[in-house]
Amino acid sequence: MVRLITHNLLACHAKGCTTNNFPLKLQDVVVEVREAEFNADFLRGFLPRIEWTALVNAAKELGDTSLPLEMPEMVDDEFLKNLHHVLLEIHVDEGAMVCPNCGHKYPIMNGIPNMLLAEHEIG
Amino acid sequence: MSRPELVAPPEIYYGDIEAKKYTNNTRVQQIQADMTYRALELLNLPQDEPAFLLDIGCGSGLSGEILDEEGYNWVGVDIAPSMLEVALEREVEGDLFLHDIGQGFGFRPGSFDGAISISVIQWLLNAETSHPTSSPPHRLTRFFTTLHSALRNPSRAVLQFYPTSDDQIQLITSIAQKAGFGGGVVVDYPNSKKAKKVFLCLFVGSGGAQQVPKGLDGEEVDGDSQAQFEKRREKFSSRGKNGRRKNIKDKDWILKKKELYRQRGKEGVPRDSKYTARKRRPVF
Ligand SMILES: C[S@@+](CC[C@H](N)C(=O)[O-])C[C@H]1O[C@@H](n2cnc3c(N)ncnc32)[C@H](O)[C@@H]1O
Ligand SMILES: [Zn+2]
Repeated sequence: MVRLITHNLLACHAKGCTTNNFPLKLQDVVVEVREAEFNADFLRGFLPRIEWTALVNAAKELGDTSLPLEMPEMVDDEFLKNLHHVLLEIHVDEGAMVCPNCGHKYPIMNGIPNMLLAEHEIG
Repeated sequence: MSRPELVAPPEIYYGDIEAKKYTNNTRVQQIQADMTYRALELLNLPQDEPAFLLDIGCGSGLSGEILDEEGYNWVGVDIAPSMLEVALEREVEGDLFLHDIGQGFGFRPGSFDGAISISVIQWLLNAETSHPTSSPPHRLTRFFTTLHSALRNPSRAVLQFYPTSDDQIQLITSIAQKAGFGGGVVVDYPNSKKAKKVFLCLFVGSGGAQQVPKGLDGEEVDGDSQAQFEKRREKFSSRGKNGRRKNIKDKDWILKKKELYRQRGKEGVPRDSKYTARKRRPVF
């Protein structure tokens, strides 16, 4: 299953694709929401790793607008609850992730993105 | 019996039938679980801090299920669709990717707090085609350089694998070093034919006291690795019940998940025991 927590870490790894290769654009997605255990410490620790604008936009593409446009300086409970939901509870089941630079399409089937490259795309 | 990696490419070898056979074999389950616990010990993650881990060659989730049980969030990658399908059926909690680790990772720098890999990287020592990007050194280089950058500084990657020779160990460690890793090989029970296990224990950055840990040895008797591991674990768990790691999932949560699995007829759900949701501590 891909969730936005991993989408937010993933850049295109095709040969020579090193700039403007993040975030991968979500396309034709089917999502499913599944409950996950809330852990405030995990979220706080993970926060500095997040590319915020990419996360907010990806969430919006999946129909969730609960996150503020800027990463808040004060982290309160309500914010963490929303962040938890966006990062860990929305699963992309079908669709694709497309590289904004080289256009490589990583299809997602049955919740699993296919990251395999063709021989000429391998770095 | 011939080594799997000499029989066929991994995604063919681990087809539908072998994927199920492998996963349902209770002996395999036990061995993979034990090695996963040991890899976690060697990973030596900071206490009381939640972690986000990468499981390299996660297969059907036998290693990942231990990460779930231990309360880690994780991402798993594997090249065999049939293995990943079994992982989906078993409802592991990590995000799964169909991925050839020899092609390198696309994860942003510093994505993971650590990585484990259980019984996988010997597969990288076999070339499948004559294309230059499929030579083992090229694939290993791609793998280790992109893994190094995907890990935080400081952190560790612990990779248990089955080398056929010292030359293979030498090749793998030298490429890992060129990719920027420190560390080295830890051999558990070197004198036991059955229990001997090789762990490549790699460091990113200085990572605290980054000394290569010692292997386990001594009293290990062939065929008795089980008891040994249990005894050892019990020792750690009794080392102090305070300071329970915070990201450890609630015992109730885990029991709830297990019950759910059972209701869905999932096979091989570990029995609830006093070890369930119990904290395990590093050895050194
Ligand atoms: C013995 S299984 C171990 C699976 C799991 N780690 C466990 O402990 O049960 C080896 C796994 O390595 C995977 N593998 C082999 N070569 C790979 C590659 N180049 N990229 C990703 N996975 C690979 C296989 O598909 C298989 O699932
Ligand atoms: Zn690209």
